[in-house]
Amino acid sequence: MKQGIHLFRALAVALVFVFASVAPLAAQQPVAPNPTAQSVTEQQLLQELGKLQGRITIPDEKLATLQQPQGRSYQSFHERVLPWVGGILVLGMIAVLAVFYFIRGQIRIRPDEYTGRKIVRYNAFERFTHWMTATSFVVLAITGLNYFFGKRLLMPALGADAFATWSQWAKYAHNFIAWPFMLGVLLMIVLWVKDNLPDRYDAAWLKAGGGFFGGGQPDAGRFNAGQKLVFWSVAIFGIALAVTGLMLLFPFSIANVNGMQWAQYVHSIVGVILIAIIIAHIYIGTLGTEGAFEAMESGEVDLGWARHHHRAWIEEQERKGKRGPAVGPGSASAPAE
Amino acid sequence: MARMKFLCDADRCIECNACVTACKNEHDVPWGIQRRRVVTLNDGKPGERSVSMACMHCTNAPCAAVCPVDCFYRTDDGVVLHSKDLCIGCGYCFYACPFGAPQYPQAGNFGTRGKMDKCTFCSGGPEPDFSEAEYVKYGRNRLAEGKLPLCAEMCSTKSLLAGDGDVIEQIYKTRVAQRGYGSGMWGWKTAYGESGA
Repeated sequence: MKQGIHLFRALAVALVFVFASVAPLAAQQPVAPNPTAQSVTEQQLLQELGKLQGRITIPDEKLATLQQPQGRSYQSFHERVLPWVGGILVLGMIAVLAVFYFIRGQIRIRPDEYTGRKIVRYNAFERFTHWMTATSFVVLAITGLNYFFGKRLLMPALGADAFATWSQWAKYAHNFIAWPFMLGVLLMIVLWVKDNLPDRYDAAWLKAGGGFFGGGQPDAGRFNAGQKLVFWSVAIFGIALAVTGLMLLFPFSIANVNGMQWAQYVHSIVGVILIAIIIAHIYIGTLGTEGAFEAMESGEVDLGWARHHHRAWIEEQERKGKRGPAVGPGSASAPAE
Repeated sequence: MARMKFLCDADRCIECNACVTACKNEHDVPWGIQRRRVVTLNDGKPGERSVSMACMHCTNAPCAAVCPVDCFYRTDDGVVLHSKDLCIGCGYCFYACPFGAPQYPQAGNFGTRGKMDKCTFCSGGPEPDFSEAEYVKYGRNRLAEGKLPLCAEMCSTKSLLAGDGDVIEQIYKTRVAQRGYGSGMWGWKTAYGESGA
């Protein structure tokens, strides 16, 4: 019995030797062993995953992305789509306003509508909030447009060195002035959201074209439907700019490189849309409408002007027995007149 | 005229990181800046591959296209370089780069970046060749000395090739033909619009 086991073991060992000596022979056949057989090639990986993600031995995790061909999409967005969209929106809006101004001119009210009595339309804090947001927006708009229009328009005039110096400061300005802008947007939402909720005058106001094209001045509350559109644009687009802007201010804190690209897509497109809207807002608030600028300048407007443009608001004030200034939250200034 | 390119034969790369060390040492690259790195795909699984990656000096380079101050330029050898004097550290080139090549020192609050730094294909920058200013900003200018990038020169398995694109492509294709396999010329399609099959 014991001998039988030994014989079996010897046979097994002999068999192993036979196979071991055959194996190298097989390896010398024309078909070499293929270490890549179970592997996938770069093109396969890219097709399946869209980008190549791996492991690295350094702390900078974003460098574990070996390849993201999406960078090419970012390139074509930044160099083809954005300059065209931005150029058409900004220049198009200026062109439309210029045509409107030359055809219709300034929107005026009849001289006999003026009463000579004043009513407070925006208190000091409201005006402070408006101008803080407005000045920071102008800075952000110019420095923002500089990121992609600067090298096309300014750089040929300034030269590479002076333009780089200006752009460096423009970048700092864009990064720091963003904070008063974000604060301003939040304050404006708190101050004015109540008076910007839709009301029964809005549909008729919009249908009448806001009186911009003649046919009498439609009624409106404290804010007409056009002003409400500006308010909601600033509120919604402003928050979108703030969120994506914070992502760009703190790069890679919550997003990977593709997330950062999307933050830029949203930030730049929303930015040029809001710039176009604000150009229209500036036009209507200054050159476009007689008497409108005083409201944000001194805070007071003529009672007759207010009755013409915001009849429902004036009637509401009269019902409340507030002939004078007490309009808007927290207003405690002296009576008008 | 040569058109300089990198090619990493991933079937030869053993992830020794000698290319990374050579680069850091040759150019005195500061802490936290990675001009070259080795990324391992499918780590620990069948088909694991390591690829040494740096700036690929792309054709129609995305970094140069999106730069708001146009600080990039291409040398006669086809190398994509940039001027640190013009760079404003906006970070756009990192978003555009398919290979994660641009690097920035942290220079201030709100994620403010310093001047961008990246692989120069060992060919310096806009300053005069071999000047102190060139070395401090961009590192050694080996091309002007008639040498190729040190990362590839140091590669122990000759996985990383650097040189004229046509020459290194031919070397790689000969290898693939002789050994019968190859996982591809990593990054070439995205960088140069060639399949590398």
